[in-house]
This record gives sequence, structure tokens and C-alpha cells, in this order.
Amino acid sequence: MRTGGSSLSLRLRLRLLRDHVLVGLCVVALACAIVPLVWVLWEVVAVGAAHISWEFLTSLPNPPTVGGGGWANAIVGSGVVVGIALAIGIPVGVGTGIFMSEYGNNPLGRATRFLCEVMAGLPSIVAGIVAYGLIVITMGHFSALSGGIALSALFVPIVAITTQEALQMVPRHQREASLALGVAEAPTTLRVVLPAAMGNVLTGMMIATARVAGETAPLLFTAFGSRYWMEGIDQPTATIPVNIYTYAISPFEHWHTQAWVGALVLLSIVLFLNVAARTLWARRARFMAGA
Amino acid sequence: MDGIRRRWFRYLTGTMAVVVLAAAALILYELWAGSLPTWREWGLSFIWRTEWDPVRGEFGALPFIVGTMLTSGMALLIALPVSLGIAILLTEYAPRVLRDPLIFIVELLAAVPSVVFGLWGIFVLAPVVQQHVMPFVAGSPLGLLPIFGEPGPGYTLFTASLILAIMIIPIIASLSREVLMTVPREQKEGALALGATRWEAMRHVVLSYAKPGLFSAAVLGLGRALGETMATTMTIGNRLGLTFDYFESGNSMTAIIANELREAASEIHVSSLMAIGLVLFLLSFVLNTLGRLIVMRVHTGAA
Repeated sequence: MRTGGSSLSLRLRLRLLRDHVLVGLCVVALACAIVPLVWVLWEVVAVGAAHISWEFLTSLPNPPTVGGGGWANAIVGSGVVVGIALAIGIPVGVGTGIFMSEYGNNPLGRATRFLCEVMAGLPSIVAGIVAYGLIVITMGHFSALSGGIALSALFVPIVAITTQEALQMVPRHQREASLALGVAEAPTTLRVVLPAAMGNVLTGMMIATARVAGETAPLLFTAFGSRYWMEGIDQPTATIPVNIYTYAISPFEHWHTQAWVGALVLLSIVLFLNVAARTLWARRARFMAGA
Repeated sequence: MDGIRRRWFRYLTGTMAVVVLAAAALILYELWAGSLPTWREWGLSFIWRTEWDPVRGEFGALPFIVGTMLTSGMALLIALPVSLGIAILLTEYAPRVLRDPLIFIVELLAAVPSVVFGLWGIFVLAPVVQQHVMPFVAGSPLGLLPIFGEPGPGYTLFTASLILAIMIIPIIASLSREVLMTVPREQKEGALALGATRWEAMRHVVLSYAKPGLFSAAVLGLGRALGETMATTMTIGNRLGLTFDYFESGNSMTAIIANELREAASEIHVSSLMAIGLVLFLLSFVLNTLGRLIVMRVHTGAA
């Protein structure tokens, strides 16, 4: 049954060749993800860094025909809107995560977990529509508050899920040891389990913050926009992401440049939060693996 | 009484969970209540009506639903093989030292805000697509397909699809990678021991084992593309009217809401935009639920 060894090896060679071609295709696939990323980052940094100035960070916008001016009100506005989202989202998100992890072995816990996962994939514009219908129409005007509430709806599911997963990583016997010593439920969770998981809980919060800080769609018809300093959280305010959008679709060359500078500021914040979160997480993972 | 004192923390956090459930219900209720005038006026026919004229008070969702389906579908078609390739590379072939940095880079792509992609789309990608990509596709055999007409402006369904594809690659790739990692080593090693090349082991053993999980990754990616707003709005062209031509400016469910809700004056206009929001919500809810259910079944099946 010896068919010619050469024909057999030819077939084998073809199979191996196909193996190599397909690895090559996988590398091309990876390039399809890396090239756009580098391209976007490059454009933002190249145009943004060339035009960023102290004035951009510290002064109010000028009319488009004048030139100069800055986005200081939008930078403050973004801070306020994201701050409102965190003020609502951290207690609700962490509380929900604690419940799902520690007391969630029941229909309520499972339903919440499922809903959080579904809501984490929800179109962000839907949060804006609902905040518009419930708050903006009721109050009669746009406001920073409605924007913050819309963002909190996107923040909570992410934080709840990451908090639950962080708490689940804390070994069971730590809880049992604490309970066995007669420590009650609340201090066990707050002083034993939560501190042990704190690094990962914070990581989740930072990633969720980065996500909502870059959100534009929910703010279009809630925080809206403004050319002036915000006059209160019940008033409309400029934000960095919405400014990028309105400046980019405007007909003014000068505003297009400012949109790129704004994108540089936004991207720096978002990427800083992401990188910081990952390095924090990586360090803890290594620490736990070493321990 | 004593029970409450000892268990207050459980009740407090439980209240937070109830708040989350209530918020989800409130979202659904508000979308329904806000869109009621539209459903009263046209009933379900709102979904397949094609007119959209705020001045005459005529509204119909079909052009936007079609635009969303076309762009998300094309985005998935492009992103799926790319993401799968990335996932295979990262689980099977990438050297250990490169693996974590590469995973990190792909995840960074997911961190770039949608509006930054939109900005890049307007000023960088759209001109490139108009001058190079669309003429190339039109000149290739693909150009014979009826979905590609004459290459038009830079802001088209095609440009929006490309941006969406880039944006959903990270999520599909990372979900696929998780799925591929659940494939038992023994199965793969068995195939390799029988003389299969790595690719053959991948195709016949790993991929067939992972098929349901990969399907759910695709479904979740599609759900993400469906709801993506800023990058789509900034590159799709925002032209009213039904079109099936990828090389034509179009519109999507998210784009019409982003463009018109802030300036909508009449009640029926606002309510029609909310009705589109409700349809979008339900579509994405169904896709997300489907995706999650498959993931859960895969996990319990494997355990």
C-alpha cells in the first residue's frame, strides 16, 4: 500500500501551506483592527496637539467668525454631568452589585443580573430619549441634571456587573470566618469582603466612567449645549462630546479644528482612565497570583 | 424587628436592585407612553409607512429601519470574519508575550468614544471611501450586485457600515475569544494527535464546538451596531427617503432621532421619534436577550 511518498508529501505540503495561509489571514484580521485605531489616534493627536492652547482650556467660545476662544464651559459641563451620573450611579450600581453577589441567590438577584447584562448592551440614545421625555419635557427646558441622569442609566449596569464579579472573586472562607466570629452581615460585607475586592470594584468604576464620559447621544437632547458658563444643574450646559459633534458638522473651518482639539482632550481623559484601570487591575492580578 | 435590624443591609442593597428593575420598567413605559399618539394615529402601519414629512405631519419608520438593517448587517458581515480571525490568532497562535498587549490594544479600540470615530469618519474616512474604496468596489465583481449603485458622495450607507464594522470588532473579538477558550484542550489535542494541522483542528473541532457561542457573539455585536448613534449619524448622509443602495446617502433609526428630537416641535413629531426609539429598544432587547440566553446555555451545558 505504498503510494508514492512524493505525492503524499505533496498533499501534506498543501495542507501545511493552507495552515500557514490561514495564520496569515488571521494576522491580516488583527491588522484590520489595529490600523483604524492607530489611524484615529494619529489624526486626533496630530491635529489636536498642533492647535491646543491655554486659551482653549480656559476661555469661553467665540463666535465662529472671530476665531480663538475655548471650551472651558464644556470641560466644566462634562465634569458636572459625569459627576451627577457618578453621584447617582455609584451607590445604586455598587449596592446592586453587592446584592447580586452576597444576597442574590434568588429570583430577584437572578432577574437583576440578567437585566443588567441586557441593559449594558442597550443603545445609549434610548437613555437620552427617556430622560428627555421624563425630565426635559416635564421641566420645560434642557438641563445638566437630565443629562447626568441619562448617563447614570448607562453607568449602573456596568458597575453592578463588575462589582458582583469582583466580590465573587473573594474566597468564601473569608466571609465564613467573619460570620463565625459573630460579625453581622453588614460589617462582614463592608469591612471584610468589599475591601478585599476594592481594587477590582474601582477598576469597574473607572472603565464605566470612561464609557459615560465619552457618550454623546444621551446628552444631545438633555444637557443640550450652551455658549456660556452653566448657570445651575437645572440649566442646559455644554459638554465636550456634544461640542465635538456640533463643531464637526458646522460649516466653519475654525470650528472643525477646535473639534479635533476637543477630541484630543476627550480621548486623553478616556484613554487615561482605561489605561489606569487596566494597570491597576493587572497589578492586583499579579499580586493575587503571587500571594 | 430583630430580623430587620440584623438584615438591614440585605434590604438596603435589595432596594438598589429593585431601583434598577424599576428603572428598566420606567424606560419601557416612557417609550410606550411617549409614542402613544403615533400608534393611535397609524397603528402598526407606522412601521412600514415610508413617508417622513414633519411639515405635513406624515410619519413612517420604514426608511430608517431599512437603513439600520442595511448598515448593521453589512457591518456584521465585515466584522465577523475579522473578529474571528483576531480571536483565533489570540487564543491559538500569538506568542505568550504578545498576547496580553494585543488584547489590550484591541480593547482600546472599544474605548474610543463614538463621536471621535464620527469626527474621523467625516474628515478622514469619508473622503478616502469616496475617492478610493467606492470606485474600487464598483469596479470589482462585487460592483455588479444590485446593492451597489453609482458611487455617490462620501457620506453613504457604505461609509457608515465601515465605521460600524470597526466599532463592533472589539466586542465580537473579545466575546469570541472567551468562547474559544472554553473549548476543552483534550478535544483539540486529540485532533492534533491524529495528524490534523492546527487549522484542521481549528475548523473541525474547535469551531464546531464553539459554534453556538460564536453565534451569540455575532448577535451581541449586531445589537451593538444597531444602537450605535454618533458615528452613524455623522457619516450616513442623513438623507430622507427609502434606499437600498449602499452608495447612496441614507438614514438610520438612531440618526433620525439624533437629528430631529432636539428640534421637534409638534407632539406627533416627538411621539414618532419616540416610536422609532421604542422599536430600536425592542430590537436591541430581543438581540441582547437572545445572545445572553445562548451564552447562558453554553455555560450550563459545558458545566
